[in-house]
Amino acid sequence: MEIVRKWIQVITALLVNGSWSFPFTRTVYQGPLKVVCSPGLNCYSCPAATTYCPIGSLQQLMAGIRIALENGQNFFGLYVVGTMGILGGAFGRLICGWACPFGLMQELLYKIPSRKFSIPRKLNYLKYGFLLFFVILLPLAVVDDFGYGELWFCKYICPAGTLEAGLPMLMLQPALSQTIGLLFFNKLAILIVFIIWSILASRPFCRTICPLGAFYALFKNLKLVKLKFIEENCTRCEACHPVCPMGVKFNESPEDAECISCLKCMDKACKFDAISLEIAGLPVSSRGRIRIPRPKQSDAAM
Amino acid sequence: MAAENEKNVNRVRIAPFVVILFFLIMGIFGIMTGEVSRVLEQAVQVCLSCIGIG
Repeated sequence: MEIVRKWIQVITALLVNGSWSFPFTRTVYQGPLKVVCSPGLNCYSCPAATTYCPIGSLQQLMAGIRIALENGQNFFGLYVVGTMGILGGAFGRLICGWACPFGLMQELLYKIPSRKFSIPRKLNYLKYGFLLFFVILLPLAVVDDFGYGELWFCKYICPAGTLEAGLPMLMLQPALSQTIGLLFFNKLAILIVFIIWSILASRPFCRTICPLGAFYALFKNLKLVKLKFIEENCTRCEACHPVCPMGVKFNESPEDAECISCLKCMDKACKFDAISLEIAGLPVSSRGRIRIPRPKQSDAAM
Repeated sequence: MAAENEKNVNRVRIAPFVVILFFLIMGIFGIMTGEVSRVLEQAVQVCLSCIGIG
């Protein structure tokens, strides 16, 4: 299953970055596919990007909402949020595990041999702040003299944008190097921090900063496809703990917002069929059937 | 007991369909207001300041 997931990650990354004419055009793809939402975080200013980034588009719409309304255009982000919501309602953070190019990059970096560290769980809540403030409120509220806001997350934070768009555009258009300054070096530093952190810890960006992951996490109880915990089969062996790339202790918090449904716990760790995959409540794997009812620990102690 | 467990395992959850329908309607409203062309207009341009250049 892990190999299947890796292939799906690679294929998705190639599909959302499928325009390879940029060495000749020296700019971004400008075709009609750009109305399609990228399920994962993928900068639409990447020269190869064929889809739009939901976080970038949402900020653009928030930043320009005043001007749009003044011009009689009711652009509130309904199309973008609607698309994100459909993806979130269907898959939730499964997308982070299966269809995010930046998630794939972090996974590959984590394979580099080094001492590994955990990430404090409190940092997981930061990403909700980034979603609320940097993607929605600041672009909406802080505006220039013309009434246009800034794309706070893209401009000041997003390491995916630096990697996929900033650096490639500098290579494609060397003249742009004369315009880079503190802003670019700040973003480059953020990218380097996350590259190093990704070698030392599993998926740090997904866990601490990613606003798209935060949005999808809101669907943890409502998503169509999710993992199910069969308590009757669980032996509390905790084999599911160390395999989780997101630091979830599945048998203790099966509805954890951090779960990216990578299926490692179900496929690699659990030998007792205590974890199954379900769609809308219906099991789709042979696992998860209730086996022998086990005595509770308190009963066993007696 | 077995029947009860079976019922628990196989109960269809309606909530995801309601959520997807809600966002589908939201997206359709977005399409009706012409937001798609706005998204396309933004996505085909390189916003240099947005990627830390300029």
